[in-house]
Amino acid sequence: MFNSELMKKLSDCFGPSGREKLIREMIMDEIKGLADEITIDPLGNLIARKKGNGKKILFSAHMDQIGLIVTHVDEKGFLRFANVGGLNAKELLGLRMVFDNGLEGVICQEELKDKEKLKISKLFLDVASTDKEFIKKNFRTGDMCVFKTEYYETDDCVICKAADDRIGCYILIEALKKHPPTENDVYYVFSVQEEVGCRGAKTAGYIIDPDLAIAIDVTATGDTPDGIKMDVKLGGGAAIKLKDNSIITHPVVKDLLTELAEENKIKYQYEILEFGGTDAGPIHTSKEGVPSGVISIPTRNLHTSGEIFNKFDVEECIKLVIATAEKE
Amino acid sequence: MFLKELTELSGVSGCEYEVRNYIKSKLTDMGCEFYVDKLGNIIAHNKGRKNKTIMLAAHMDEVGLIVTNIDSDGFIKFEAVGGIDQRVLNSKPVLVGEKKIPGVIGSKAIHLMSSDEKEKALPIDKMYIDIGTSSKSETEKLVNIGDYVSFKSSYAEFGDNLIKAKALDDRTGCSIILELLSQKLDADFYGVFTVMEEVGLRGAETAAYQLEPDLGLVLEGTVCADMPEVEEHDKSTLIGKGAALSLMDNTTVYDIDLVRSIAKIAEDNNIMYQYRKSAAGGNDAGVIHKTKNGAKAAAISVPCRYIHSPVSVASKKDIESVLLLTKLVILENQKGEKHV
Repeated sequence: MFNSELMKKLSDCFGPSGREKLIREMIMDEIKGLADEITIDPLGNLIARKKGNGKKILFSAHMDQIGLIVTHVDEKGFLRFANVGGLNAKELLGLRMVFDNGLEGVICQEELKDKEKLKISKLFLDVASTDKEFIKKNFRTGDMCVFKTEYYETDDCVICKAADDRIGCYILIEALKKHPPTENDVYYVFSVQEEVGCRGAKTAGYIIDPDLAIAIDVTATGDTPDGIKMDVKLGGGAAIKLKDNSIITHPVVKDLLTELAEENKIKYQYEILEFGGTDAGPIHTSKEGVPSGVISIPTRNLHTSGEIFNKFDVEECIKLVIATAEKE
Repeated sequence: MFLKELTELSGVSGCEYEVRNYIKSKLTDMGCEFYVDKLGNIIAHNKGRKNKTIMLAAHMDEVGLIVTNIDSDGFIKFEAVGGIDQRVLNSKPVLVGEKKIPGVIGSKAIHLMSSDEKEKALPIDKMYIDIGTSSKSETEKLVNIGDYVSFKSSYAEFGDNLIKAKALDDRTGCSIILELLSQKLDADFYGVFTVMEEVGLRGAETAAYQLEPDLGLVLEGTVCADMPEVEEHDKSTLIGKGAALSLMDNTTVYDIDLVRSIAKIAEDNNIMYQYRKSAAGGNDAGVIHKTKNGAKAAAISVPCRYIHSPVSVASKKDIESVLLLTKLVILENQKGEKHV
């Protein structure tokens, strides 16, 4: 059964890259009592460990989401900003944004003759106030905001913001709840700052120094009208990544995930992403090197305010994570 | 102030020895403990009260050029080392190689350019260095492929407390760390003078690996955009408006609690500061915060107009603000009983 309540909470929680405090607290609360040891490292990664004397396995899903950082506040209530993570000016226009304190704004543009030339520097956030004191008191250079979108679901799919990678966090939380009896030493990492360059995973990989690492993250799909050519689709099951810009999956890991899926009758599909990267990138080159791979959740409209994924795929991903955690 | 002497030394990335030798002699004079690591970073240690390991970083290297070819008439072709503003290269005096052979960057005269060529910034491959020789063999006696080339530009003070010099990015930071080391504070910190920042933060990565800091403070010369026709919100920093605190750039999302705590120290002590209103660029913090277990990092910078050119401009007041603020941040972080 899909835990809609948990996914909604994860999606709604504030946490752009570098400002993961609230989402970290939320996840800590959610996994209370489930792990043998919970630590927060210097960059803010949340690391939940299930102790064992066997193989050291690292699972990583990132807590951070894309957003905007305020670079300038003018007294009229117009805020200038830069993007935190990969965002496109054209997709931002007209969107509602929300800050960690609950205040909101809407993204507007300077009058432009050539709409094709829309850049983030020509956009501003109107925070809906003509009160100079209110502006001064509530908004500062350096504040961050994220999309404000309502969570919505049908019988089989979900539309929400920050599915990238709160769905990965969801999968790790659910897997941790069903953590299998095993001798393996398993680390569930909720990482920071993935969207700005997989920075948290770099230090987490160094600290844990695992024998095997699996990132749990979203991937694109090729199943939309005039979409990219890609053999990944919603409903096709857990996607086992073979390659993206940050990793070529270790053949042993590819075979391991494939065999586990076959053995456990988990529906899977292979994924080759021609752009992007995940936490597995910095982890697999950490220290002496770590055989690594990625279990991906097929997701449409990545890096927009309405990302769409399929609940069945999520269930298959959870099963594959648990099977991996259990495998000697 | 060490700044005049520091800016008049050559130290293009990978060839920082003049700057390193100068700093080493100053550290020896002040009786400061230091060593030089394998990549050439200077790691100086100010011992004192200690709660955590603090690493101050300023890079010794500057952007410049490197000789790639000598043509049949003895003209020198070159490549950029670091992010050089190509528009400013033409007709600038330079010094080539260890022997500091004077030369000038030349190109086709404007009279001979096509209208197309006049419109565009002159690309590097259309320029050359003229050292006054008239044949390949003459040039080869003085210059080798691989010789570094730095701008020739003297330090001068003008206007309201302003300085004009080359390499203010980041000799301002080097000068501030030297100043802090000379003060013999009862607060523990490492003053690190890094190499090869301009080509990708390379020295700082190995320095941080050795020191494993809890807190990295990067002292930089940063981009200033307070010129005409720049809109208020695009003015990344303003000259004379104090120490610039970074919030985010291409290499780091700075820990917001740390940045706000530094801003508070500035406010409480009437030190002028500003936020750096640009998310572009990067500095040594990018590698320091991600090394080994990770560290908190902040960048406290001196706004520099015309950065990465032979004539950058900074304010003595801003340098003073960065110095004072950095000192207070160190003292605040090493408050307490522990003594090492």
